[in-house]
Amino acid sequence: MNTAVSQIDEVKTTPWAGGKSPFSVEYGKLMMWFFLLSDAFTFSSLLISYGALRFSSNAWPAPDKVFQSVPGMIEHGAPLVFVGIMTLILILSSVTMVLAVEAGHRNSRKEVAWWMVATIIGGAMFLGCQALEWQHLHSEGFWWGSIPNAEKLKEFFAEGGLVSTTYSQQFANLFFTITGFHGFHVFSGVIINIIILLNVLAGTYDKRGSYLMIEKVGLYWHFVDLVWVFVFTFFYLV
Amino acid sequence: MSSEHKDIHAEGEVHEETMTRGKIINVLVILLAITTIEFIIALYLVPKGFLTYHSANPIYIVLTLAKAFYIVAYFMHLKFEKVALAYAILVPILFIIGLILVLTNESHHWIDLRL
Repeated sequence: MNTAVSQIDEVKTTPWAGGKSPFSVEYGKLMMWFFLLSDAFTFSSLLISYGALRFSSNAWPAPDKVFQSVPGMIEHGAPLVFVGIMTLILILSSVTMVLAVEAGHRNSRKEVAWWMVATIIGGAMFLGCQALEWQHLHSEGFWWGSIPNAEKLKEFFAEGGLVSTTYSQQFANLFFTITGFHGFHVFSGVIINIIILLNVLAGTYDKRGSYLMIEKVGLYWHFVDLVWVFVFTFFYLV
Repeated sequence: MSSEHKDIHAEGEVHEETMTRGKIINVLVILLAITTIEFIIALYLVPKGFLTYHSANPIYIVLTLAKAFYIVAYFMHLKFEKVALAYAILVPILFIIGLILVLTNESHHWIDLRL
């Protein structure tokens, strides 16, 4: 009997020959990556529209004049301080999230739970800061569809430069839309983190034998941090 | 399922298996250092006139991309995944760069329309 295998019947063993995962990641994690990619497109569209509108303007509210207060503490003359605190909170909560993932690799339920609690507190603090920031800008007169009166508006533009009501309105709309969309992501992230924490405490992942779920929500949480890095640069620094 | 996951990781793993605590702290220090540099530029170098407003912007963008790299590569673990996965995620970003180029170019024409 002829046992020779024709070339076409030979079993291929290359990564893309089938039979194994070429990406070497679990299905849910891969889908989280693809979701984040699509979310990156959404945020990019918003930020790039903001950039294009700002580029094409001849006057734009100056960031260090608009954002120069620490709500409830300093009214004027502290540009970037409050947003610096917010950035610090979000970076630290990202770090506690990686520490939760790292503890998950060691299947240490208690450590995962504590780091998740820290991450949730960080997220909640960030949301609180953002609420204060919004409340402050709202009290100054900025909102979707509304801007401060002409006299007050001068304070927010570079001295001696043009003052534009049109571009002030565009700034207000874009600021609340983009930070609002980001804040909604943070809010969803906090809710998801709470659900995961409850599962950790209930021992769901011990039964499953893997803390992979922590990695998946971790990806989402880091993405939220990543978006904030861009929002911070393009709204507060540039 | 976990053993299967480990098997997949075991074969063809070129880089270190995962993030250790030491590495996490390293990345944290880098992120905080970059943010501090941004603050020094915004609060000291630009107001004192060492840098103009316009020359500071490219620096901010480079520093922001550096932060994004550290978050994606280390916190999101992409550096330790298969190269195929990294490309599947990073190549579509070219579309975003395309949109940036198109709209910045377009916005220069909008200025003329608005005069």
